[in-house]
This record gives sequence, structure tokens and C-alpha cells, in this order.
Amino acid sequence: MEGVLPRVPIGPWIEAGLKWLTTEYSVVTRGISRMTQDGIDNLNDVLLGTPDWVFMAVVALICLRLSGWRLMLGAIVGLLLIDNMGLWDPMVQTLTLVVIATAVAVVIALPIGIMAALSNRLYRIVMPVLDFMQTMPAFVYLIPAIPFFGIGSVSAIFATVIFSMPPAIRLTILGIRQVPVELIEASDAYGATRMQKLFKVQLPLSLPTIMAGINQTIMLALSMVVIAAMIGAEGLGSEVWRAIQRLRPGDGFEAGIAVVILAMLLDRITQSIRKSRRDRE
Amino acid sequence: MNDQPEIKISVRGLSKVFGANPRRALEMRDAGMKRPEIFEKTGQTLGLSNINFDVHDGELLVIMGLSGSGKSTLIRCLNRLIEPTEGQILIDGEDITRLGEKDLLEARRRHFSMVFQNFALFPHRTVLQNAQFGLEIRGVDKAQRRRAALEALEQVGLKGWEDAWPHQLSGGMQQRVGLARALANDGSVLLMDEAFSALDPLIRKDMQQELQELQFHTQKTTIFITHDLDEALNIGDRIILLKDGEIVQQGTPEDILRHPADDYVARFIEGVDKARVLTASNAMRPVRATARESDGPRTVLHKMRESGIDSIYITSRDRRLLGLVEAAAVNRAVKRGDDHIRDLVDPDVPVTGPDEPLSALYGMFSPRSVPIAVVDEDRRLLGVVVKGAVLDELAKAGEPATEDDDGTPKIIPDETPAPLAVTEGVQ
Repeated sequence: MEGVLPRVPIGPWIEAGLKWLTTEYSVVTRGISRMTQDGIDNLNDVLLGTPDWVFMAVVALICLRLSGWRLMLGAIVGLLLIDNMGLWDPMVQTLTLVVIATAVAVVIALPIGIMAALSNRLYRIVMPVLDFMQTMPAFVYLIPAIPFFGIGSVSAIFATVIFSMPPAIRLTILGIRQVPVELIEASDAYGATRMQKLFKVQLPLSLPTIMAGINQTIMLALSMVVIAAMIGAEGLGSEVWRAIQRLRPGDGFEAGIAVVILAMLLDRITQSIRKSRRDRE
Repeated sequence: MNDQPEIKISVRGLSKVFGANPRRALEMRDAGMKRPEIFEKTGQTLGLSNINFDVHDGELLVIMGLSGSGKSTLIRCLNRLIEPTEGQILIDGEDITRLGEKDLLEARRRHFSMVFQNFALFPHRTVLQNAQFGLEIRGVDKAQRRRAALEALEQVGLKGWEDAWPHQLSGGMQQRVGLARALANDGSVLLMDEAFSALDPLIRKDMQQELQELQFHTQKTTIFITHDLDEALNIGDRIILLKDGEIVQQGTPEDILRHPADDYVARFIEGVDKARVLTASNAMRPVRATARESDGPRTVLHKMRESGIDSIYITSRDRRLLGLVEAAAVNRAVKRGDDHIRDLVDPDVPVTGPDEPLSALYGMFSPRSVPIAVVDEDRRLLGVVVKGAVLDELAKAGEPATEDDDGTPKIIPDETPAPLAVTEGVQ
């Protein structure tokens, strides 16, 4: 086939587009960059400024309230182990990135999900975009992040948000579309406006599904934040990265175990938020 | 100044075509084609065709038809949950079909309260919050909507269940919540879409009874959809029979039973008649113990103890029924040392003739579950009928017209002979 058809210059097009964006909108990207960096620094300062025993106590209390003594015990043991391995500060830095990336992702995903659930046209546009976002290898997002925001945590957040957003959008759409038609009909029959229907019926009923989506987003954010060490994100990922470069499997596994502990904690805590809500009803 | 009540809703030339090209389907209809033909040629379904009827203020109108007859489409066209293709729907003179989006919402809030077949309660809201829904949508202030909802819940017999969740309630109770939601909203028309069809037969009968009482007291214009002819005959002031999207007959239950408009209606009614010819004498049981008015309290009490009953019929010497006495009252008389029971007799007992149809008897049982005494023209006591016996007989006869897949009415027993808790006070 070579020679018959000219090569389609997808790569050059994308680069040209990115270049145009970075030069034309440098004010915007720089603004976003500064804001995000400030957010990261502030949250890091607060979390790192808290003595680790206070941090542990708070986490333990949350676990106890939401789930029970088993999760609390697991949380304490896990956090003590991280502390013991000397990985406390990287763990907190990773957590900061996850929290901020998730917050941004959810803030963007919810409205998109709601609108796509209610409009068939938007649904047909959003779905293939989500497929694209989810199947594109995660590393690829790291590259355009750099010209936008430079090396460092802000680029990591940017790539992470894109990578982790799809499940939150998907499950928001699913949750809203799953609301039984007869309930929609009932609210229509009583003369509910679109907004009343959304806030009094559709959103409350899809909340468990939306929470499941947010849980997925958090998990993806964590995995991406670790990978983002390659473009200079600090935290547990950079510990792993350093271990690779120095060929120290011991250090690598220690940091890896810390990631696993953090992942399990985040997962169990968000899941028990969902469950405790369901039990109440 | 006429005795005909005012017309509340007036439906004129209403048609509904499901499909992308309704005009063509309507033209073919006007050329005399029927639903199957139109569907074959165009792929469009003629859901409703040229429907005309009036609903009077305060009446309970039943729209009856099998599945596919268009009855659900019709009720949904009234509040435009389904957009009609052509025709007018006038409510208090205002044409609903011409309203813009905003006015339509307003009309739905003001006019329509709907009750659904599968209840359609909001699972994330308590019973009270469900009952308040319509008023909340309207923006009625908190205290007022709470008051209205509590009142409605009390009306349907759910006082004390305000804070329960829908899934904690039985089907019958859930539908009471559905009804309370409609009543609290106080729309001027109550739309009931197969509201009792998902309930089991005994509870359905109770609900029919209660709906009739409620409707009688509130005088709310009610449109009730059903596929069950017995239900239609039982509760309807007037019945409209639908078939293939067209009105086959409309009239009072009596009209429809006496002069079925065509074979279709007649076939429906065949099933009903069987249950209707069963009379009180079919379900009657002999009275084992009676007392005379001349008996003393100790004698009466003895008779009751012997038969293990707590109330007894009192007759005159020639077995004419005088009334009923209760064990508690006789007991007190014994303690007082009375020597007669004449003052204790309660003459207000339900009675019926031996030829009374069973379906009519059913209504007499509530609210007190006292058995019904069967007497002849001279008021001589022939026997008693208890609630369970009525249901048993009806079950044996088989109830009419439950829909079949191919749309033909078939006769299957509807009333399961369930074990019943019946007060069999007198035997």
C-alpha cells in the first residue's frame, strides 16, 4: 500500500494544533497552571503539616463511622506500615494529587454526564469520545501536558483528569438512564419541570451509580498519578521511578505496596459511603 | 338549572397515530381502512381513532378494554404524557391540546392527579414525602403540604405510616400511598391507570370499595382505566368500551349488560353473567342456634356457649328475624339479674333475600364483618351468608374476562379461594 496513498499526516496535524493552542492560549494555560499549583501546594502544606498520628486518627475515625472496626484496624495497620517504610510524605503528595484530580474530574464529568443522559444527540457524540479517552494508552496524555503546563505536578493533574474522567461520565449517564420510566412519567404527570425532575427524581435515584463512577475515577486517578512520575509528579510514583532508574527492586516494591494500601483505603472508604447511604433508605 | 351535571371534560375527534407519518395513516383511516390494514401498508399504528366522549363533573367514568385497545394511550393523551395526533380535549372549556409547554405544566398541576398500575412511588422518599410530591412540585409551602399529605394519608387509612419507606409496604398499601399522592395534590380530575390491576383479587375488591366511598365523599371527577369488566361494572357510574382504538359502546353498567352493542361486548359479558346469577341461596348456610325473644338471658347465654358463638339471632315464635344480641350484652344482663333480653336486641342487622345476586352481597360486608341474614318475604330466617362463602362461590363460578395474548376474553378463575379470616359469629 505504501506509495499508493500519501501518508495522512495525523501526527503533524496534532502537533500543529497543540503548538497553536499553547501559543495562542498561553495566558489561559499559565493561569490554570498557577491556580492548580497553588491548590496542590496548599493542600500538601495542610496535609504534611498535620502530625501523622492526627492524620491516622482522623482516617481511623472516618473508617469507623462509615464502615466499622475492621476497616479502621486495616487503615491503622496500613498507614503505620507506610510510615514505617519512610514513605509518609510521598504518600501524602500522591493523595493530594488524587484528591485534586478527582475533584476536577468530577466537576467536569457530572454536568457532561447529566446532559448526555438527557440528550440523545449529545449522547451519540460523547460515547465515542469516551471510548477514545479510555483506550488511548495513558502515557500518551503525558506528552501534550508538558507543552501546556511544563514538567511537574500540574501536567500530572491534567493527564490524570483526562484519563480518570470517563467512568464518572459513563456511570452518571447510566444512572440517570436507569431511572424507571414510570417514575419519570409520574413526575411528568404531576407537572414537574425539567429541573424539578432532575433534582427531585433523577439525580437522587442515580446517586448510588454515580458514586460507583466516582469510586472508579478515584482508582484510575491513583494509577495515573503514579505513572505521571515520569513527567515529574512527586509522590509514591517518583519513588518507584527512582527505584527503576537505580535498579533497586526492594525500594520499588516498598513504594508499590504503599500504593496498594492507599488504593485499598480509598476504595473501601468510598464504597462504604455508598453502602451506608443505601442502608439508610 | 338542569339536573344533568356540568361537563368537566369533553373529548372531540381524538386520534393518535404512532409512527413518523401520521397524516397518511389518518387519510387511510378516513378512506375507511382499519388498524391492521393501515399498519400493513404504512407501518404506522393507529392507536386511537376519532374518540368522542364527555365526562361529567363528579362522575366515576371507567374506560375498559383489553391490552392493545388504546385505553392507556387514551388516558395519557388527556394530560398529554402522549401527544395526540389530532382532536380536542377540553377541560372546563380550555383546550389542553393547544397549550404551550409552560401552560401544559400548569394545567397538569391544576387538573390532573394520576395513579399508576405499578404504583410508581419514589423509592428514595418516605410515604409522607411521596404523598407531598405533587404539592412540592407546585411550590406549596412546607407546613401546608405536610398538612394536606397527612390528611390524604389518613383518608386512605395509612395514618401512622408516614415515615415508612415504600419498599416496606405491601402492594395494597403502596397503592394507597399512590392514591394519597393523588388526593393530596387535589387536582380537579383523578386519572387511574389500571390502578388496582397489580393487586391480588381480595385486596383489589377492598380498594374498589374504598375508591367508591372516597369518590362519593369527595365527588372528584375520576377516570378509571381497567381491562377487567367485573371491576368496570362494580365501580363505574358510566363505562366506555374500547376496542382497537375505537369506542365500541358507552353507557351505564346496566345499559351495557342489557344491550351489548355488538358481539365483542356480548362476549365480554358472558363471563360476568355466570357470577351474577349466583344468588344468596347458593352460598347460604343453615343457622344452627337461634334464641327466642321470650328467652331469659341465662338461656340465651347457654345456647351461645353450647354453639361456641358470641352473638345470636333472635326470632319470634314463627321464626321471624328480630335482630341480634351480643354475648357481652347478655352477660351484663345476667349480672344485673334481668329476666328478659328484649332491650338488648339490635334490630339493625344486614339482611337480604334468597334471590339477591352474590356480587351485590359482597358490598354489604364492610365495614362490619357481620354475616348477612337471609330472610324470605315475611322476614323469616332462612340462613346466613358469611363473607368466605360468597368468595368461594364466586371462585367456583369463575370470573370474567381476563385478557389473553390474542386479545380474546377468556374465562379463568380470578378469585383465589384463599383462607379467610372471617367473623363467623352466627352459625
